[in-house]
Order: sequence, then structure tokens, then C-alpha cells
Amino acid sequence: MSDVKAKKIVLSPIADNNPIILQVLGICSALAVTSKLETALIMCVGLTMVTALSNLFYSTIRNYVPSSVRIIAQMTIVATLVILVDQTLKAVAYEQSKPLSVFVGLIITNCIVMGRLEAFAISNPPWPSFLDGLGNGLGYSAILIVLAVIRELFGSGKLLGVEILPLATEGGWYVPNGLLLLPPSAFFLIGLVIWAVRTWKPEQVEKPDFRIQAGQAHGAEAH
Amino acid sequence: MAIKDTKANALIVAGVLCFVCSLLVTVAAIALRPVQQASKLDDKRKNILRVVNMYEPGMNIDEAFKQITPKVVELDTGAIVEDVDPATYDQYSAAKDPAQGGQMILGSADIAKIKYRPKYATVYMLYNDDGTPRTVILPVSGYGLWSTLYGFLAVESDGNTVVGINFYQHSETPGLGGEVDNPNWKQLWSGKKVYDEKGEVALRLVKGGVDPQAPDAEHKVDALAGATLTSDGVSNLVRYWMSEDGFKPFLERLATQHAGAAAAPSA
Repeated sequence: MSDVKAKKIVLSPIADNNPIILQVLGICSALAVTSKLETALIMCVGLTMVTALSNLFYSTIRNYVPSSVRIIAQMTIVATLVILVDQTLKAVAYEQSKPLSVFVGLIITNCIVMGRLEAFAISNPPWPSFLDGLGNGLGYSAILIVLAVIRELFGSGKLLGVEILPLATEGGWYVPNGLLLLPPSAFFLIGLVIWAVRTWKPEQVEKPDFRIQAGQAHGAEAH
Repeated sequence: MAIKDTKANALIVAGVLCFVCSLLVTVAAIALRPVQQASKLDDKRKNILRVVNMYEPGMNIDEAFKQITPKVVELDTGAIVEDVDPATYDQYSAAKDPAQGGQMILGSADIAKIKYRPKYATVYMLYNDDGTPRTVILPVSGYGLWSTLYGFLAVESDGNTVVGINFYQHSETPGLGGEVDNPNWKQLWSGKKVYDEKGEVALRLVKGGVDPQAPDAEHKVDALAGATLTSDGVSNLVRYWMSEDGFKPFLERLATQHAGAAAAPSA
């Protein structure tokens, strides 16, 4: 495989084919772990490792798995990797693992992981599959980091727990935006990021499923 | 290429895969357990040191913790029990185990919404050079908005003056209820008094700031902005754990001992 192709597999999920903003997968954890940059970073590392390694392992055994049990085989591999990540986190970063524990467990059901296994690893050799998982993990991470930086900076005036904007309640000038600390704000931010990226890359804009035709508005009023 | 999709193949592949994966998980769980337990213990000790302002990042926790002596206290009588080993006793799992004296807390008595009360609790004592108690660190827990908050409340040996409070486990909203971790807020607790003249628990969180000139300011701590339910939870857990059901008998003993020591001629 040429280096050019490898580079494309890794880089295309970051902007051109991002799992969160183009495929709109993995939103749940993107809402939940981005109120602080530190937890978001740990989640990014966890998810990237699981996606890359599950792609690698599944791709290695792909020719030996009958298609009737492939989903179960995928789930088993993903679950094993998630448990390994969770156990390792508890051992080396206990304090940080506490707020994350449930979300690390939920990587098992993260659509990005399963999506890449079904879409890529099932029909590609191990090395490109690994790169594809890595790329998608990085794409997920890029969005999580953007969200977490905005939410932590403007929501609590800090980054990685270090005060950047002195808070008004502690004698500074910045009045934090409490909404940013609540999960819905991540929804708004993801929407804004999608808007920005699709303005930059108009080819990502989807065709509308339906079009409202002129004259129909009157018909609707009659009901 | 791909193997045939027969029932036998499906079973064999699934079986082998599951076996390999379970082996991996088992090995990881067993290999990492000692490290995990050490990290967990470290984390707990760190939080105990924090509540008495003895923690600095990068310090040797084992070394610093030598100054602190864990003791097991019987809640009903307030007496220190020597036949329960504080190193192995876990009051939170014992609370749910009737064999270890755990009881359900019924109805309106469950102010802190913790459902179970242990018979014994582990407290951490800090002694003066002459061997008299200086500070006691009491484990407290209670339900906030989303989760049970677990933490420590440190009280001076008069059994009334607060040294500090610290929560080591909770899932309150970061930035709102999660501000129970804010060092500036925790500082407000220092020097507050738990009990009023009648011996009732008076310490609580109040909205809208505390006027330091007010006569009962020593019983009031400013509540967390935007986190009414977490603040109520903290007030409730203080009220519960400082009451007759909680550590009051123990604190009373401590206060008597303290008064005795103070009255004794100082040579």
C-alpha cells in the first residue's frame, strides 16, 4: 500500500468524512464527556485505541468468521478492548477515571466503533483497517477537543483545570456561561461546527429529502 | 476465502473467540488489581490529607499519612472499638450487610438519603505532639442532585469547630454542583461551628451569601450558585452525620476529653 493512500485513510475522517459531523455518530458521548477538557482527552485516547485495535483484530480474523456470527464476534472484540482500557485507566489514572467510568464502558455501544468494523475492517486487510480506525478515532477526538475547549473555557473559565478567565465570583471579570456546562450546549456547538465545516466544504451538504412546494402552505392552513 | 457459514463453524469460531477474549480480560483484571487497589487507596489518602490542608501535589502520600491514625468508632455509643481493624473495615459495604450490623434507615430519619447506616465508622485522627487528639476526620455521605456525595469533614478536638470539608466521589454537574470541589468554596467551611448552644446541629448552607456580622454566621456557609439541590444535599448530609445517628456521640466524648485536658493543670 502506498504512503499516499495510507495518509488519505488516516486524514480523511478528520475533516472530509468526520464520524461526528458528517456521519453524525457517537453524539451521546460527545455530549457527556466534553464539559471538561481533561475527561474529553482521556475519552479520545480510549476511543481511538479501541477503534484502531478492534479494526486491526477483526480484520485479521475476518476470513475465519462466518457472516452469521460476525456482529457477535465484533462485539466480543470491542468489549474485551473496552474492558482492558477501563481496567488500565483505573490502575494508572484512578482520579480521572472516576467521572469517566460509565462512558468508557459505553464505548462498546459507540456507533463509530461498530460502524468502522462493518464498513471497513470486514473487507480490508489489517494494516489499512488499523489506519482507518485510527483516523476515525482522531476525527472523533478533533471534534471532542473543540467542544471541550469551548465548553470548559467559557463555561468555567478554565482549561485543564487551570484558570484562564478570572471568574467574577472570585474577584475577576468573567461571568461564566452555565449553559455551556450542561449537555444540551454540546448539541448547539456540534450544530455550529457542522454549519462551519459545510460552509467550508459545500460538498458535504446533503440534498434535502423533501422540498416544500409553493402553494402548499395554503393547503396546510385549511386543516 | 471466507469459511462456510455452517452452524458448526459459527459455534467453533464464536467459542474460540470468546475463550481467547475472556482469557485476556481475566489476565488484565488479575494483573492490574494490585495497582488499582494501590491507586484507590492513594486517592482516598490524598483526600483525607486534603481535608486537613496537608496535601501538596507530588508529595509522598505514604509518608505524610503516617501522621494520621485510622480508628473504628461505634456510632451509637461514640466509643472507639479496638477489635475491628480499620485497614480492612469498609463502612460503606458493611452498612448494607446486616451481619456486620448494617441497618436500613427508615423514612424520615433518612435525611441524607443514604438508605443504610453502618454500626461502625472509620474515622481518622490527627494527634498533637503530647498525644491528645488535635483533629478528627469523619467520613460523610449524602445524596445531592445526581449522585451520592462521598467525602470527609474534619473537626477540631473540641468536637465543634470545622477544619475543612472535601468530597472525593460525586457526579454532580461540573461547574454547578461540581463546585463542591472548588477550593475557594471549601475554604469557607474553615472555623465554622457545627452545634449551637443547645447542642443542635446548626451548620448549614444558606443562599445569598453570609453576612460575617450576623450573630449566627458561624453556623452558615454560602450555598453553591446555581446548585440548590446539591447545596441542600450537603446541608442534609452534615445534619445527618453530625446528629445522634451520626457522629454526635463520638464528638461529645471527644469534647469532654478535650475540656478535661484543657482544665488539667499545665504544670
